[in-house]
Amino acid sequence: MASKFVASNRTGWLMAGPAALVILSFVIIPFVFAIIFSFTNQRLVSPNPAEFTGLSNYRQLLGMSVLTLDPVKDAAGAVTMAANGTPEYPSLRSYTRNNPDYPNLEGMREWFSFSWGEARTYVLARDVVFLTAVINTFIFVILVAPLQGGIALCLALLINQRLRGINVFRAIYFMPVVVSIVVVSLLWRFIYDGDSGLLNNLLGAVSFGAIPKIDWLGNAHTALGSIIAMSIWQAVGFHMVIWLSGLQTISPTLYEAAAIEGSSSWQTFRYITWPGLRNTAILVLVVITMQAFGLFSQIDVMTKGGPLDSTQTIVFQAIQRGYGKQDISGGSAISVVLFVIVLSVSLIQRWLTREKA
Amino acid sequence: MATISADSRGLRLAVRYTVLGIIAIIFVFPLVFMLVSSLKPDAQLLADTASLRAFLPVGDISFDNYTAAFKRAPVGLFIMNSVIVTGITVVLSLLVCSMAAFAFVFVNWKGRELVLTIILATLIVPFETIAIPLLLISSKLPWIGLDGLKWGWLNSYHVQIVPFMADGLTIYLFVQYFKDLPGELIEAARVEGATWGQIYRRIVMPLAGPVLATAAILKFLAMYNQYLWPLMVVQEEGYRPVMVGLQYFFQLNRAWGEIMAYLSLITIPVLAFYLYLQKAFIASIASTGVKG
Repeated sequence: MASKFVASNRTGWLMAGPAALVILSFVIIPFVFAIIFSFTNQRLVSPNPAEFTGLSNYRQLLGMSVLTLDPVKDAAGAVTMAANGTPEYPSLRSYTRNNPDYPNLEGMREWFSFSWGEARTYVLARDVVFLTAVINTFIFVILVAPLQGGIALCLALLINQRLRGINVFRAIYFMPVVVSIVVVSLLWRFIYDGDSGLLNNLLGAVSFGAIPKIDWLGNAHTALGSIIAMSIWQAVGFHMVIWLSGLQTISPTLYEAAAIEGSSSWQTFRYITWPGLRNTAILVLVVITMQAFGLFSQIDVMTKGGPLDSTQTIVFQAIQRGYGKQDISGGSAISVVLFVIVLSVSLIQRWLTREKA
Repeated sequence: MATISADSRGLRLAVRYTVLGIIAIIFVFPLVFMLVSSLKPDAQLLADTASLRAFLPVGDISFDNYTAAFKRAPVGLFIMNSVIVTGITVVLSLLVCSMAAFAFVFVNWKGRELVLTIILATLIVPFETIAIPLLLISSKLPWIGLDGLKWGWLNSYHVQIVPFMADGLTIYLFVQYFKDLPGELIEAARVEGATWGQIYRRIVMPLAGPVLATAAILKFLAMYNQYLWPLMVVQEEGYRPVMVGLQYFFQLNRAWGEIMAYLSLITIPVLAFYLYLQKAFIASIASTGVKG
């Protein structure tokens, strides 16, 4: 329709110019720089100019190797047993430190290992912490996306009924969304506290003291789960509202028809509500996934990546290196890896949810 | 019969309200805890977490924590910094983004499609992936201020404002809204000889109330609650916003009552603003989803 208007190149550029300039300077150029820096040894402050270092940042981040070792055998050929009754293996350090036969393993550490018959296979990595952060981030995304989306849908269905005062409940459920995640994280430190935390006190009260006190954020098994629960609590209202707006686009006549046909509430949901929410579902999934990959503030306020790196995330690592250690190139390389992951995941999501002809 | 069905209706209603109520408690209890705790001395605050007293303003209630918080840190300064940064960014972004969207929807110019496509494509670039190079760039950019030319943007208001004056989402919201306005109106104005500036100011913007509210609310929330960026670019107290100012309360002898008072201080205005404009807040979030 705009083509009906006379061309006005000057006006167009003048009016779109400021926005285009800001986005060019503060989104596109930094994005291009992230890629460029990731191939150098750029630092925030440095007396020497940055040098091109090829793929070394990526090799440092993603370098992995597999090493299979046979157990140590004594002179008679019997397997030497360690004190805990498991076979003893040669020390990994003898392979990863100054071993001229294995130059590719130099500086690597054990990421994880498993037994394969008598032999033991070690997966070694140059940067175990970063790979742990990648795994943690994926766990976070894989749990948060369906849980948050699903709970938000349940809340939206609950709020979508005609009841007096329902708007009050909608307003309350949405409330945490407007509160800063930094404030929320601090408050939840009180809830999760191992000693006088509200959660421990609640569990103790309902179980009459049968459930022992847990240091939720200080325990490597519970820390990430605790952060997931809190993150869902904070953001679920946001997606509830998006589901609600989707629900309201479904024509009431469809529901009337279903009621006349005597359809059960499950059938109504399955054949009317859910198909009507298709586009909303895709949007909610894509938005939650993108937000979840950016996990940072909760970690910074609550755990700083600990305990035992159990809450390390990709962005937390990028900021720790790029800002904390002023290693711009290392942080940039992590950022690029994150972008490639986010882009691939959203392309896969798009492909999986595409309109099937 | 009638009474039985009335009873079962009443029961079902009671069940529904109970479910709704329990969920409501889950969503408000941390906030109630924050407000109530901000009024208690530290020892009582910690002792009260063992019982429901944690959520009741009972015992030794006072505003002492608030006065202590103001003594410990320049709280007024932090709040002022946040208000300045958030306020200016919201106003500038509404202006810059609405003008751009106007150009994309109504003005026919060379490069229009390409520039819009590129801007919308930036929506898939999470801020976290550009934060690190943006930090380096910001540390080297020139700025002409009242005290002449200066290199490096760190520790300033503009480093917190300028990069956020335009963003893909805000432009997208305006473009979607403008597309639904009657094009004949603008065409007629052009025929009458109105300039583009006049059409923008006199015709389009007066009709843009709802989208302005939406964009303003979303930008306000994003800016006021920002943490990562100011954490990296502001080390000087003078420009520190409220979320980063929190760090103050974690140095040396930590006082939980003061922390709760500070959290309440920086959260209550936002909550009040939200409760007052509740419908607009919820509508603004909903509108990001409608056409997605």
